[in-house]
Amino acid sequence: MDVLKKTPVREQDAKVRATNFEEVCLGYNGEEAKEEASRCINCKNAQCMKGCPVSINIPGFIEKVKNDDIEGAYQIISESSALPAVCGRVCPQESQCEGKCIRGIKGEPISIGKLERFVADWASENGIKPQGAAEKNGKKVAVIGSGPAGLTCAGDLAKMGYDVTIFEALHEAGGVLVYGIPEFRLPKTRVVAKEIENVKSLGVKIETNVVVGKSVTIDELLNEEGFDAVFIGSGAGLPKFMGIPGEQANGVFSANEYLTRSNLMKAFNEDSNTPIMRGKKVAVVGGGNVAMDAARTALRLGSEVHIVYRRSEEELPARVEEVHHAKEEGIIFNLLTNPVEILEDEKGWVKGIRCIKMELGEPDESGRRRPVEVPGSEFVIDVDTVIMSLGTSPNPLISSTTKGLEINKRKCIVAAEENGQTSKEGVYAGGDAVTGAATVILAMGAGKAGAKGIDEYLRNK
Amino acid sequence: MYKILEAKELTPNIYYMVVEAKRVARSCQPGQFVIVRTDERAERIPLTICDYDREKGTVTIVFQVVGAGTEFMSHLKTGDAFHDFVGPLGQPSELVHEDKEELKKKKILFVAGGVGTAPVYPQVKWLHENGIDADVIVGAKTKSILILEKEMEAVAGRLFVTTDDGSYGRSGMVTQTITDLVNEGNHYDVCIAIGPMIMMKFVCKLTKELNIPTVVSLNPIMVDGTGMCGACRVTVGGEVKFACVDGPEFDGLQVNFDEAMQRQQIYKTAEGRAYLAAKEGATHHGGCGNCGGND
Ligand SMILES: Cc1cc2nc3c(=O)[nH]c(=O)nc-3n(C[C@H](O)[C@H](O)[C@H](O)COP(=O)(O)OP(=O)(O)OC[C@H]3O[C@@H](n4cnc5c(N)ncnc54)[C@H](O)[C@@H]3O)c2cc1C
Ligand SMILES: Cc1cc2nc3c(=O)[nH]c(=O)nc-3n(C[C@H](O)[C@H](O)[C@H](O)COP(=O)(O)OP(=O)(O)OC[C@H]3O[C@@H](n4cnc5c(N)ncnc54)[C@H](O)[C@@H]3O)c2cc1C
Ligand code: SF4
Ligand code: SF4
Ligand code: FES
Ligand SMILES: [Mg+2]
Repeated sequence: MDVLKKTPVREQDAKVRATNFEEVCLGYNGEEAKEEASRCINCKNAQCMKGCPVSINIPGFIEKVKNDDIEGAYQIISESSALPAVCGRVCPQESQCEGKCIRGIKGEPISIGKLERFVADWASENGIKPQGAAEKNGKKVAVIGSGPAGLTCAGDLAKMGYDVTIFEALHEAGGVLVYGIPEFRLPKTRVVAKEIENVKSLGVKIETNVVVGKSVTIDELLNEEGFDAVFIGSGAGLPKFMGIPGEQANGVFSANEYLTRSNLMKAFNEDSNTPIMRGKKVAVVGGGNVAMDAARTALRLGSEVHIVYRRSEEELPARVEEVHHAKEEGIIFNLLTNPVEILEDEKGWVKGIRCIKMELGEPDESGRRRPVEVPGSEFVIDVDTVIMSLGTSPNPLISSTTKGLEINKRKCIVAAEENGQTSKEGVYAGGDAVTGAATVILAMGAGKAGAKGIDEYLRNK
Repeated sequence: MYKILEAKELTPNIYYMVVEAKRVARSCQPGQFVIVRTDERAERIPLTICDYDREKGTVTIVFQVVGAGTEFMSHLKTGDAFHDFVGPLGQPSELVHEDKEELKKKKILFVAGGVGTAPVYPQVKWLHENGIDADVIVGAKTKSILILEKEMEAVAGRLFVTTDDGSYGRSGMVTQTITDLVNEGNHYDVCIAIGPMIMMKFVCKLTKELNIPTVVSLNPIMVDGTGMCGACRVTVGGEVKFACVDGPEFDGLQVNFDEAMQRQQIYKTAEGRAYLAAKEGATHHGGCGNCGGND
């Protein structure tokens, strides 16, 4: 064993997995996990923990893995995280925990995410549940949205003894974990549903098919349905389009629509009644996790897929692992390329996408070098499907129907970072609804902060 | 689960159901819609709220069988239940927000086509309950598929029924009746047209010439109904709108109908296959020469 290198993780072969929706990464077995754990030097002043937004006791749980006490490892993780099987799979570890790991200075950091996943999967297979709720304190809290922010907030509050109900607009709980992130990265039945069951086992009720702002308002929840406080974890679900000619053509979709059809509605499965377009050639516009997910879904549905991204490889916002997997599977990257028009045939169907080449100029506000057009470099990629993956913003449904709830210029709800408090009394918020599209673990961190804030508020009320 | 308290066939192809959905019934307004699913594999199907009873906590829907999703729904009976029933979605009709005294001064014309009679009904009823009489034109291809005639008669100021084939009432398309009424000297301040996209297109073409402001209710393809997917985008006055949150009612004189009709075709082939599979079970594997599919 080379202590400078990560213990390799088993994966489905790229050629095989490009044709199925099974999970790509197979994870560690007990032996591999122990080997990887043994690389951790159990730092006193563990830097890795500073990179984890929920401050999991990383050396603590890894020590337990070394000593074959996986249940003990799980209890340590559970103190800080309600969704370890999810985070172990989807956190951008390279810029968080693993990015700070001491081992990473000379060699490769510890595979913290893969170890976390191993522990969580083991616990789930062995029927270990997080520690049960304290005695009920008789106070009611409503949580809006069942994504990572809402689930975490609800779980924490239930553990403190609150009577918690989650209201979810869709017919299934999980937020982006069920409608956005694909099965091959995050299995729905085996992983997401189990984690949601864990939250429910703490006594949390989930009412699906309730669109807050339409079916019921926050004021009604507080004044008529007897809730003492509300947490808003409604995410950032509104898709952006480019506003270029041809965007209304048949065959142009938002990544949200495409992924929702495949993930939530299971359109990849012959059994499902929801249709999905299986294009011959697909252009996915964008370079984030969402773009990679849409591209790899299209590939699995039988399409040739091009990622069209206006900056260079270095700036791709997606997780490194996803870009790597996408390339292995045969996704074609058209980098430093920006669409200017979608071409339609005489019946209104997409027949191509006209793009212009870009080059990197001076750094912009984000610190990344600004892409500028190369004059006269336009060219056409002939595709029959275009998937727009340009980012999302919070849905105004809640802010526009709640009196006294302040939002900022980007339509995000204004809430204090340390406790989620909004401008409206008794109303707390966190996750993508507050920050704009971010990550699962940041949303969970905000859910935790919100639970703490609500607890303090209700204890002092 | 959302219990079906009453299910009946209005015509061999159009079904009427009263469904228990307390939250929807408590907060819905005319013009809004719901999304339903029959079971955990089913599509999400948007349907206009046709009537509601706040006390009983029920919502009435009326739907026409056009494909696999509605075919499955048509098999549900009294006592069965919908797996999912979410709403109310979309914006209420503008009528609801208007000053009632102002509204009383207006001459309102409703034009309903086919199953579009169902969504027109709650609006006419709401006006009637607020002491306002509206003229209503109901069009159907033929007498046997005419729906809600008695109910409409009870709440409309004047009801004009027309059938394309002349088998009942007046004869010809709804546009003919509009022309007749205007030629007879009737003046209208506003027209509300709900029906198949093609009907709304031609009504708007006519009302534009006649200078009658016209509201239509669009039914593009939808998935979530909350603004999350963008499947429902339509162009109105040159701007892209999401019908599920900005609509479904829009200024008909501004709607790009040709684009909207084209966008409705996106899943036609795939849906055709699903429909045949639903009707014939697992026996349909292409080769019928109609759907172009072998997979
Ligand atoms: C395709 C995709 C891939 C991603 N990949 C990664 C990744 O690899 N790693 C990572 O860390 N992050 C990833 N992200 C980002 C991450 O998923 C989000 O940052 C995270 O889910 C945000 O959590 P949340 O709880 O704030 O909101 P969400 O997960 O968006 O959940 C919000 C929930 O609220 C519901 N809701 C909204 N409005 C209402 C209302 N009015 N009433 C009731 N319910 C409502 C929604 O239906 C939804 O279920 C990805 C995102 C997408 C879309
Ligand atoms: C806001 C709104 C209100 C509606 N109200 C009613 C109503 O009160 N009564 C009624 O009979 N019909 C109504 N419809 C139309 C109804 O939703 C469609 O007929 C139904 O979804 C068709 O599903 P299917 O699987 O049976 O047929 P398919 O074969 O799937 O489709 C038949 C036609 O319906 C369109 N369609 C398919 N799926 C959808 C979808 N998810 N959303 C919208 N259109 C779709 C297709 O483009 C096609 O033209 C409404 C639609 C919308 C958007
Ligand atoms: S939750 Fe995410 S950031 Fe924290 S330790 Fe786990 S993988 Fe790393
Ligand atoms: S920084 Fe790396 S080596 Fe140190 S405790 Fe954390 S994971 Fe282990
Ligand atoms: S139906 Fe998804 S945005 Fe309108
Ligand atoms: Mg259908």
